[in-house]
Amino acid sequence: MAQKKQINPTRMELTKQKKKLATAVRGHKLLKDKRDELMRQFLILIRENKDLREKVEQGIAAANKDFVLAKAGMEDEEVNAAFIAPAQSVALNVDFKNVMSVELPIFECKTRTADENDIYSYGYAFTSSDLDGAVASISSVFQDMLRLAEVEKSCQLMAQEIENTRRRVNALEHVIIPTAQENIKYSQRKLNENERRTQMRLMKVKDMMLEDAHHYKEKAEAKFKEAQ
Amino acid sequence: MYRIGVLGDLDSIYGFATLGLEVWPVADAEDGKRILKEMVGTGFGVIYITESLYEELKEEVAKEKEHRLPAIIPIPGIRGNTGQGMRDVKRLVEQAVGSDIIFND
Repeated sequence: MAQKKQINPTRMELTKQKKKLATAVRGHKLLKDKRDELMRQFLILIRENKDLREKVEQGIAAANKDFVLAKAGMEDEEVNAAFIAPAQSVALNVDFKNVMSVELPIFECKTRTADENDIYSYGYAFTSSDLDGAVASISSVFQDMLRLAEVEKSCQLMAQEIENTRRRVNALEHVIIPTAQENIKYSQRKLNENERRTQMRLMKVKDMMLEDAHHYKEKAEAKFKEAQ
Repeated sequence: MYRIGVLGDLDSIYGFATLGLEVWPVADAEDGKRILKEMVGTGFGVIYITESLYEELKEEVAKEKEHRLPAIIPIPGIRGNTGQGMRDVKRLVEQAVGSDIIFND
């Protein structure tokens, strides 16, 4: 437990601490809700991430195999010449979706030409048919790759936010709220004690003043002697 | 409009050029660091990077993870899958949940 900061036991401080406690309790509840919802969304996304990653890794491995085979049957220069001027180009449109104050990216891909056969950037005269197959297989994984980028980045950002939120929740729950409660108790005890002390003093003073005015003590003593 | 880049050794990435992605061949890790730094500031939305290079550029990549863009995504290279991408996903689960509850193996 951290060293407790001494506070002044005054009424103003007490009100301040009570306000602080109310805010902390409310913040704690809200942050806990935020964490739970983030976690729910994160678990959905991370499962998709895992499946997509498996799919993409398999797809790329298969495409790589095709490329190696295609390259084996051709001269290096021919392969390089085939890819030197891509017919297609892509531009990425990025939107952001706000999920529990985390900005998640949404990727949308725009190709320069609508024709999907534009991925073949070469005439077919000097290249082997294996190369066509390889290009087709890599193009078939591209949509998944894009979705993977979107999901994986979202997961990264969410994981970060969940970690931060969890820290905040824990700090409120285990440090700020108990400290505020402790401070409130301390102030209340001190104030009550002061009040009792003041009252006692007043009673004492009143006794003394009455004694001065009416001389109860002397009268009582006189009565006692008379009785004897 | 953002760009999509692929970073890695030439043999692993030249195929992506046909799709219209920008391929940035890299000779070694030093080269990779320099090029990645260059790419980050110049409007790339997604950077795919081969797993072997990704492992060597971990520090640089970690710096970019907190930013909204670019998304730096490891992909397997021509020498096969090192499992780094999956390990990253696993690590994310651990970071968020506290322990791994998705990959129970």
